[in-house]
Amino acid sequence: MASTREAQAVPGVGYDLVVVGTSWGGLAALRTLVAGLPETFTMAVALVQHRHKDSDHLLRVLLQERSALEVCEVEDKMPVEHGRIYVAPPDYHTLVEPGHFSLSTEAPVRYSRPSIDVTFASAATSYGHRTVGIVLTGANADGSQGLRQISDRGGMAIVQDPRTAESPTMPTAAAKAVARARVMPLDGIVAFLRELPAGVPEREEA
Amino acid sequence: MAVPVSSEASLAGAPLTYNPDLERLEIELLLEGVFRHYGFDFRAYAYASIRRRLWKRVEGEGLRTISGLQDRILHDPEAMERLLLDLSVNVTAMFRDPSFYKEFREQVVPLLRTYPFIRIWHAGCSTGEEVFSMAILLEEEGLYDRARLYATDINDVVLQRAKQGIFPLDRMQEYTENYLRAGGKHSFSQYYTAKYDGALFSPALTRNIVFSQHNLVTDRSFSEFHVIFCRNVLIYFDKTLQNRVHSLFYDSLVMFGIMALGSKESLKFSQYEPCYEKLSATEKLYRKVH
Repeated sequence: MASTREAQAVPGVGYDLVVVGTSWGGLAALRTLVAGLPETFTMAVALVQHRHKDSDHLLRVLLQERSALEVCEVEDKMPVEHGRIYVAPPDYHTLVEPGHFSLSTEAPVRYSRPSIDVTFASAATSYGHRTVGIVLTGANADGSQGLRQISDRGGMAIVQDPRTAESPTMPTAAAKAVARARVMPLDGIVAFLRELPAGVPEREEA
Repeated sequence: MAVPVSSEASLAGAPLTYNPDLERLEIELLLEGVFRHYGFDFRAYAYASIRRRLWKRVEGEGLRTISGLQDRILHDPEAMERLLLDLSVNVTAMFRDPSFYKEFREQVVPLLRTYPFIRIWHAGCSTGEEVFSMAILLEEEGLYDRARLYATDINDVVLQRAKQGIFPLDRMQEYTENYLRAGGKHSFSQYYTAKYDGALFSPALTRNIVFSQHNLVTDRSFSEFHVIFCRNVLIYFDKTLQNRVHSLFYDSLVMFGIMALGSKESLKFSQYEPCYEKLSATEKLYRKVH
């Protein structure tokens, strides 16, 4: 752990969890995003990508190829740890609890399981103003409601500039739903994340 | 978690400001009320998911707050029935996760052959799709006549449906594909008769299944088993309750008995990991070794 970061870190200030939602065009965008996060990145990053229910571990493998951080697929009650990238598994909703993930097989939300809204809303509840929500390329409106909840609870809302997205529908809807969202191209998002203050890593109590 | 709420806002009936601590208090009070008045214990369910479903019911009832929902369900049993439906997740399929059943055939069946009699517990069996899948698998492996399957669920309504052995006809194509990918040895259609929009499964399959109501939260073990299936049930419990149920399963398994979890569940995050060894690199099959 870099001592400068510890010296700057103030309890309650900074971000602990980044949640990212995407569907169509998401693989290329996510590969760019994770490639830009340095080994010293200390927030936890949870990725929700719409995909077929029988998808295997390929997404995790493709992201791991590009990332300096460890990428894992979420399992029920897996701890949320700083400096790790988590991929939501297909055919489950991924919910964020304080300190760990929970999975659910509740009905798809607007045809999607995983639903970006479900993950974002639970992140907003559990991590409040320490959450960063990011909506990337996609061909539906999932994520808008959840991003608004993150913003309403004091978290940071970021949307990929629709003009730079492979499919603009999802970021357009999100930017419309969340007035305070920062809209920027993908490389801008990566640079911005690297500059954001991270929270103080805290271990979950057993 | 400090999201300050001005006291004026909450007192004056102005638009409600979101306060996560207050919300948690309301949810805890509601669940305590449901438990003490109706006897259903959801107090140790995973919070994020139960919160989501309670808010869905708040909206469904046209209410504004969790406390408003508490008032309604305590005074209106029909509202409680609606809430119960929201809170019971009954998503299941025959040969769900085919690779799991294939691995079960290859890794577990040879172990089961060494027993003269096999007791299997399907904990949280819901409408029975996975129990019937197991009956078919054991029949094809020539083990069914020395097996007894105990299928339990907290919810008597789904158990009654499970007993009937009728599943939606429009899902048979999906189930047939699952069956084949799971290593099925015959033709799947030989196991059921199409009737209106239902597929009635052969009554011969239920000859060794015992259906009964059992509550994982409050009830104790009722036998010793060689295999316990509990797939995608524990995900709805919080960590404390999960550990308690794992303790129940541990006590209910014979030494070298098999514990089968859902494909995205793991013993890794429970206290019982050291008691088991992994039987498969890819599927959640564990063997009790300590």
